[in-house]
Amino acid sequence: MIGALFLYPLGYSLATAFTDPGSGFLSLVHFEKAYELYSTDIAFTLFIVIVSTLLTALISIIIAGILTLSETPWLVTALRNLYRWPLFIPFIVAAQCMRTFLAKNGLMNNSLVGLGLMEPLQATSFLDWRGIIITFVWKQVPFVTLMLAGAMASIDRATIEAGRNLGASRLRVLIELVLPQVAQTLLVGLVLSFVTMLSVLSVPMMVAGSQPTMLTVDMAFRINSYGDYGTANALGVISYLIAGTVAWIYLRHNMKREAQA
Amino acid sequence: MTAPMWSSPTRVNALPTLSPGQAPSVLRLRSWSLGSTILKIIGLAIFAFLLFGPLANLVLWSVAERWYTPYKLPVTYGMRYWETVFRPTGDAMASLLTSVSIACLTVMVALVVSVPAGYALARLKLPWRTALMILFLLPQAFPSVAIYINVARVFYGLGLTGTITGVVLVHAAHGLVYSVWIAAAAFAAVDKDLELAARNIGASPLRTFFTITLPLASPGIMASAIFVFLESLDEFTGTFFVGVPQVTTLPLLLYNASMGGNYQIASITALILLVPSVLFMLVIERFLKADVLSKVGQ
Repeated sequence: MIGALFLYPLGYSLATAFTDPGSGFLSLVHFEKAYELYSTDIAFTLFIVIVSTLLTALISIIIAGILTLSETPWLVTALRNLYRWPLFIPFIVAAQCMRTFLAKNGLMNNSLVGLGLMEPLQATSFLDWRGIIITFVWKQVPFVTLMLAGAMASIDRATIEAGRNLGASRLRVLIELVLPQVAQTLLVGLVLSFVTMLSVLSVPMMVAGSQPTMLTVDMAFRINSYGDYGTANALGVISYLIAGTVAWIYLRHNMKREAQA
Repeated sequence: MTAPMWSSPTRVNALPTLSPGQAPSVLRLRSWSLGSTILKIIGLAIFAFLLFGPLANLVLWSVAERWYTPYKLPVTYGMRYWETVFRPTGDAMASLLTSVSIACLTVMVALVVSVPAGYALARLKLPWRTALMILFLLPQAFPSVAIYINVARVFYGLGLTGTITGVVLVHAAHGLVYSVWIAAAAFAAVDKDLELAARNIGASPLRTFFTITLPLASPGIMASAIFVFLESLDEFTGTFFVGVPQVTTLPLLLYNASMGGNYQIASITALILLVPSVLFMLVIERFLKADVLSKVGQ
């Protein structure tokens, strides 16, 4: 079933991407067209996904770090009950939320104006690349944090206590003692997030309508407006390559670790 | 003097002379810890605002009958759009029914494949075990849009686009990733000695499986079924390419309403989709025990 529903379409997409529609021979004509029309969008997609992944990593490390190392019980309890909410919220619902929340007259700007932190004239719409990044981070942080906090909870408390007793600050304990022990989990979470963000169609379509946009929207546009499977599949192959590069980095890191062990 | 000692200004002024060096440091420590508590509360409040703000905006839109600039809150509130959505003849009820039936069928298809596959991966010595596990993971590791456009093209040739069958197949292929991995982990967490004991007192392999292994693994399998159900309910991209124009699930309705500028209908649909997701988030730990979670992916 996986073969029929995944491998066959994958082969089909590769075949379409590399064939010249006129002669039926192997050619790169679709890639030339894809590059000509969408090189900005390729760079835009890479930028969005990389920035979102890095921000997700940073915020997840902070939250998981507080959950593991904080000495304020009420803070830990509150945070533990809060951070997971977006975990299973579908991307399309997140996109609809952000579409209203981040708009020029959305709740975010209105609250800031209401609190007197911002002049009404300063309000701008965040519904562009920033909106996409905010939605992705909002949606992916709970997932990475869940994995990371789980991994941090299972490491040996004695190492943390020893570090604290020797006078290391909590930040130093987090960076030098805890993070190296959970790096593997963090990497898995980030790789999965990266590929997920690369394949989401609804968020870029709903949060930021105009140009430049992400590759997924371009693919849908080529199909629905022109029936142009060649260029769409060429763009698809480019997104496989991006995902493949990340997977390769992960595998190489894994092998290095196994060689050391 | 009726006021308590500590509130009188003379006492504060007298502090340094009374116990030089000691009291100020206690004071500083206390104000520092007060400051850090306030900082923590502010940080938590900002975090909660960023977390729930978007959801609050969604709820506001769902009960706003009229809301336009420059008003910061809806001008008139009302449940008119809820009635529109829940009218038995409305689009939304039809979509909800379509979505739920697709999700149920998807769960059935996924379970039929994942229970035997999970058991085989966990218990039998398969020569290509790692390769098989990776094969089930592959659809997750590839950007799915590019796959779906080609699935849609292949299905078009088979007459499956715009049919429930086509959508169920796409959802099941996507859901199998989770269900096979979780089922394999759930079977791996079952104590082998219990199976051996059953076999020793004369149970057949099949009976052992149905009376010992399957019941013990059932919480994990339930979790995988819920997971597949939710994934199917929330799935947008695959349905967008394979299901149009005949099959309209809730996410597609939400998308069409939102792009058409009908934020009330879109928000109500989003809230309907939100309920099962949040419920699952709250109960997941009951189904997925740590011993199963630790075996995922091994």
